[in-house]
Amino acid sequence: MSDGNHIEVPLYRAAHARTGDKGDRANISLIAWHPQLWPLLVAQVDEDAVRRRFAHRRPGRIVRHLLPLLHAMNFVLDDVLDGGVNGSLNLDGHGKALSFLLLDLPLRVPRELVPLLAGPPLDPDESKNHTGDR
Amino acid sequence: MNRQPLRIGCAAGFSGDRTDAAGPVVDALVAAGGGVLIFETLAERTLALAQLARRDDPLGGYEPLLDDLLRPVLARCLSGGVRIVSNFGAANPPGAARRIAALARELGLRVPRIAVVSGDDLAGEAHRGLLLDALGRDAARLDIVAANAYLGAEAIADALRAGAEIVVCGRVADPSLTVGPALAHFGWAPDDWDRIAGATMAGHLLECGAQVSGGYYADPGYKDVPGLATLGYPIAEIDADGGCIITKPAGSGGRIDEHTVKEQLLYEVHDPFAYLTPDVVADIGQAQVRQLGPDRVRLDGVRGHARPAQLKVNVCHETGWLAEGEISYAGPRAEARARLAAEVLRERLHGLGPLRADLIGVSSVFADDAGRWAEDGDVARDARDVRLRVALQHPRRDQAERLAREVTALYTCGPAGGGGVRTALRRRLGIASCSVPRERVDAGFTFLSEGDDA
Repeated sequence: MSDGNHIEVPLYRAAHARTGDKGDRANISLIAWHPQLWPLLVAQVDEDAVRRRFAHRRPGRIVRHLLPLLHAMNFVLDDVLDGGVNGSLNLDGHGKALSFLLLDLPLRVPRELVPLLAGPPLDPDESKNHTGDR
Repeated sequence: MNRQPLRIGCAAGFSGDRTDAAGPVVDALVAAGGGVLIFETLAERTLALAQLARRDDPLGGYEPLLDDLLRPVLARCLSGGVRIVSNFGAANPPGAARRIAALARELGLRVPRIAVVSGDDLAGEAHRGLLLDALGRDAARLDIVAANAYLGAEAIADALRAGAEIVVCGRVADPSLTVGPALAHFGWAPDDWDRIAGATMAGHLLECGAQVSGGYYADPGYKDVPGLATLGYPIAEIDADGGCIITKPAGSGGRIDEHTVKEQLLYEVHDPFAYLTPDVVADIGQAQVRQLGPDRVRLDGVRGHARPAQLKVNVCHETGWLAEGEISYAGPRAEARARLAAEVLRERLHGLGPLRADLIGVSSVFADDAGRWAEDGDVARDARDVRLRVALQHPRRDQAERLAREVTALYTCGPAGGGGVRTALRRRLGIASCSVPRERVDAGFTFLSEGDDA
């Protein structure tokens, strides 16, 4: 929840993502919109957070690889694609949409970093502090 | 060693990509004094589908859109010093090579020197023991359609050094389409792992076509991309040390910035410190991505380690039939009627195996095949425009076809007001992956001989 020092925003305000697949393994990249937003991702979007987010897909191993020079991280999720694109009954057997499931995670952002967030403000409370596009 | 940069453009990222992408890429390459044009047209399943096509037509089995891809640019490539490297040979690289020679004649061009890379196809008797050893003895029961090793860049490089203007491959690792030309151009040592890894990641950025230049990136209000209808496909300017600049034809749509490049850099990567290819183990842990100017981004700092001793092999086998059916409900209680239709289908198709039911407009993607999704689950929302979609897989075609009949019968037997039934039946192919020792795969190339293009 938002408080005096932080506001809560969906992760897509702070980062972007793309899913790839190979067999029954998905990888989801997560890339900070700004270097100063990167530590928030490291602190809050960890393997446990991703496991909770994808619990209904019953993931096996989840590994997070950190790439500090790119201000990015890469999640590898095993067994979340119902056997993969050649075995799944899902319309999106590749799991292409899964990056947007991740991007809806709530993220706590210190108010001084709010101007670095991407996109239009969602919360009127935020707009008071919002001074730029990102 | 050649220090001049090598320009490689990519005009297709899969079989079915836009076929008008190559023109502006070729124009840019010609204006810069030549280079290499690649088309990546072989996703995992594509080769097996091509093998099935070849069963029906022994002259087929290569990229079905080969003519559409090459016809608009072949003359400009041959006259402008642009060599072509592609895996569009699919299940029949010699067939594709003959077709290209014939196309050149049809266009009134000289017939180019066309090399055919071979050795990836392991489906024959000669390799059966090797595959069973690698896959395990249970594999003897598989109904194998295709078995192909992911070849590396060596045969491509050899063919280019020998003077090939067009190199036709079947299965090669996607980045090898870029590494091969770089090896031939720069004359790097075969164990110059850092430089080869740099070219590998340049190839990785190129191999999905417009995915690095603004395609598959746009999200209005957050990630705006101009000109998605006229996307410029990417060009990598690779330098003698293996670094590269990613750019695109002037005046084309799309965008290349640090963010589009980073998204593609990590696409389908697992361990970023050990990205396995037949040519090298690439490590992007120290890699940097920097914007140099509009639509110009530099990648450098890629490190490499010795290539794996084994080659990856994909074995495609028949697993049965995928049946799908859809029907729409709209207006008051549409969601309730769609849910009732799903219940009816479950009862009618009981015993055929798991049936997936999606409510398009409510939840159709995030749930797993068992229907689990915490946020939607079974909570009815009274949606007023819902399309029910059901799917099942069955080993037998006649059983899978029952789904289509039952969805169609909802017209008279299902809930009120259902309309717009569509059904589909597709052959299903499974993929088993294994590794085989590199030395057991006999990769090489031959030139298409003159007159062999009937």
